[in-house]
Amino acid sequence: MSAAENPSPRTDDVLVVEDLFVETTGRNPARILGGVSLRVAAGETVCLVGESGSGKSVTSLATMGLLPKGALAVRSGRILVEGEDVLTVKTSRLRQLRATRMSMIFQEPMTALNPVLTIERQLEEVLSAHSRMDNKERRNRIRSILELVKLPDVERMCRSYPHQLSGGQRQRVMIAMALVLEPKLLIADEPTTALDVTTQKEILKLIAEIQERLGTSVLFITHDMGVVADIADRVYVMRHGEIVEQGPVGEILAEPKRDYTRDLLGSVPALHPREARPSASREIVLSTSELGMVYGQSSFLRKREGTVAAKDVDLTLTRGRTLGVVGESGSGKSTVARCVMRLIEPTEGSIRLRGEEIAGLSRHALRPMRKRIQMVFQDPNRSLNPRLTVRDSITEGPINYGAAPKAARERARELLELVGLPADAIDRHPHQFSGGQRQRIAIARALAMEPDVLVADEAVSALDVSVQAQVLDLFDDIQTRLGIALLFITHDLRVAAQICDEVAVMQNGRIVEYGPTAEVLGNPREAYTRQLIEAAPGRHWDFPNFRPLAAPGGPGTVGAPA
Amino acid sequence: MLAYIARRILASVPVLVVVALFVFLLLRLTPGDPAAIIAGDMATPEQLDRIRTSLGLNEPLVTQFVTWSGQLLSGDFGRSLISRTPVLTLIGQRLEPTLSLALMTMLFTLVLSIPMGVIAAWRHGSLTDNAVMAISVLGFSIPVFVTGYILIQLFAIDLRLFPVQGFRSIGDGLGPFLARIVLPALTLATIYIALIARMTRAAMLNVLDEDYIRTARAKGLSERIVLFRHALRNAAVPILTVIGTGFALMISGVVVTESVFNIPGLGRLTVDAILARDYPVIQALILLTSGIYVVINLLIDISYAFMDPRIRY
Repeated sequence: MSAAENPSPRTDDVLVVEDLFVETTGRNPARILGGVSLRVAAGETVCLVGESGSGKSVTSLATMGLLPKGALAVRSGRILVEGEDVLTVKTSRLRQLRATRMSMIFQEPMTALNPVLTIERQLEEVLSAHSRMDNKERRNRIRSILELVKLPDVERMCRSYPHQLSGGQRQRVMIAMALVLEPKLLIADEPTTALDVTTQKEILKLIAEIQERLGTSVLFITHDMGVVADIADRVYVMRHGEIVEQGPVGEILAEPKRDYTRDLLGSVPALHPREARPSASREIVLSTSELGMVYGQSSFLRKREGTVAAKDVDLTLTRGRTLGVVGESGSGKSTVARCVMRLIEPTEGSIRLRGEEIAGLSRHALRPMRKRIQMVFQDPNRSLNPRLTVRDSITEGPINYGAAPKAARERARELLELVGLPADAIDRHPHQFSGGQRQRIAIARALAMEPDVLVADEAVSALDVSVQAQVLDLFDDIQTRLGIALLFITHDLRVAAQICDEVAVMQNGRIVEYGPTAEVLGNPREAYTRQLIEAAPGRHWDFPNFRPLAAPGGPGTVGAPA
Repeated sequence: MLAYIARRILASVPVLVVVALFVFLLLRLTPGDPAAIIAGDMATPEQLDRIRTSLGLNEPLVTQFVTWSGQLLSGDFGRSLISRTPVLTLIGQRLEPTLSLALMTMLFTLVLSIPMGVIAAWRHGSLTDNAVMAISVLGFSIPVFVTGYILIQLFAIDLRLFPVQGFRSIGDGLGPFLARIVLPALTLATIYIALIARMTRAAMLNVLDEDYIRTARAKGLSERIVLFRHALRNAAVPILTVIGTGFALMISGVVVTESVFNIPGLGRLTVDAILARDYPVIQALILLTSGIYVVINLLIDISYAFMDPRIRY
């Protein structure tokens, strides 16, 4: 703890964590937290940053007394919430403290609310568990807190079930639920990570507003340096269960002392778009024209308007280039990817793979085409079959297409080397690898088919920034070596800026802007593109160079007026 | 919701029609002359002729089916070939014992198995959990008649708490009725307790890992509310499915229990009818059991929609 000396606790600290040790339970306890100390003063926003597995969530769960029973346990230390040690109080007192003194909101608003209870019921039970309000008071309180978090049509909200709300609305409900009894401390564990940038911006603004109004202290857990730059007063950087550095946000971003912090900041992709590379080839490998997909069109039995997921999508991808499709959830970018892969059959338009039409092909006729286009999915934890060895995963495709098993195995070894994994990885199973390594395996698996086009659907979104940077480098490297064309689907403008030659911005199933990345992101013509860029967190900060970006208008600055 | 229920009810009509058709053909398409099968080996040609006319076997199949379905709809299921009593009366007499047994079994099952499953999941890996799992394995593996005889030996013969066997209608008073139904119901319930406790435990274990359970705890709710309001309702759909199918199977699976405890129920009527080739009775019993299956399935489907607001077909 020498380098990360905790400023001495003050009396107005809402949360003080002192020398917290957490271990796994069981015969061979492994250390998860090794002496974490931090404090959050009244009204302050403190960010706890670190990569996955650094122990930031464990710290927050320990504070709430919510460590998974039978898996993790606190060994020593103190956690004082307004002076009361939550580690030593009785269970019933701990229960009382939750929602009244400290509250927590979570990453996944989609799963954090109970799907079978109405919103009103879920808010109401907080009040009946902790207060003596009568029915009428409770009703009024619920309505006023829902208004505070700016949900529209509060009466309808009350009657709704979670699945009837959008992600942003659900997160607002979570915030309302956490703050309905005005606790002193709000712990927010990656609350905007699963949301679109524009929604993220609104939610961050909302938290800031409410914080100002109620004087709540916020312990904000995130891996996103952009968010840190936008909201933090002070920052703690965690790694391997320890705090490696802490200080005011300006100091951490501008003068990081530890190498780890410097690396972390250096890995943040710049919003500065890359210049389109000179194209070596003019060969068009993939093109779509007037591609459209309508779900649930009226059928023989049911008459109804279908949902338009994609409409008039025209894209062209040449050999050796990377085309990005960016947009928020529901914009239709994944639908386009699925159509192009022919995982679904588009309802309109054409898809040409090296000049051959594949839009209307039957399952049988598609078979020879499948080899030419391969996909890398978002979550490598789920896209690899856990029961197959790496070898089986990689060789299955080529063997299906007639490769000799022996040759396919040789090829698998080469591919593993190409994606930067040791050759002995070939006999292991996916669970023996980290997330980044698994994504490398998934890439090797796709490359084994020797495709002309690789579709990457949010292929780096589930990875930590440092790993993300490595995988993006790998894509770049593979492209240079193999001349493969990449269709890169992402919601992250920073990633798109870094890897794509050209980019298409989608909204409501249509392409609203399409062109070279430098132009689209550097000098956007459409209001929607500008809105997306402005919502990107931390866009005023040049992370790898530890300095603020030149004043708006500087050369190459994203979002600069034309 | 009403439209949904109406749709489900309509959807079950075709099922019943198909079952009726099957039952109808069962007799007509059996190799050989149905009249001869019905009349037995010793029948005279006149008797055969009489039976043919009475069954309408000389008419075309379609006409026969229409007439037969018409009779069913007006409540005429024919007469038993053995006792010559109307089938409906025969079944009516046997319905009460079987239904009493089934409902009591269900009551025991639900009251015991669901809390067992919930607590086992809550205390996952503990001694309680292991005990519940052990009981459940036992419940599965001991044959019903063994459980029955053990319970009789213990509670009826040694402790003299209940009569050894028999059945009394609930009309004869609650005391005598309960005294005779408790042991058979417990006997039959063991296997269902085992099944549903396991199912509840598994479904609860899944749900307890969900994010919204953590949210509920973060709200400072008591464990009782977390378990029963938040977790159990979400775990309900698979549990209900098993309860529903279990109950439906029970109706036809009561034979052994009824024999052990000498209860004059449908199970024994079925066995007797099959042994005696009493076709009209068999037909009516098939229709009745499939009717019960259909109704129970309907109830399960409707209960899903009540439990989970996301289910609206």
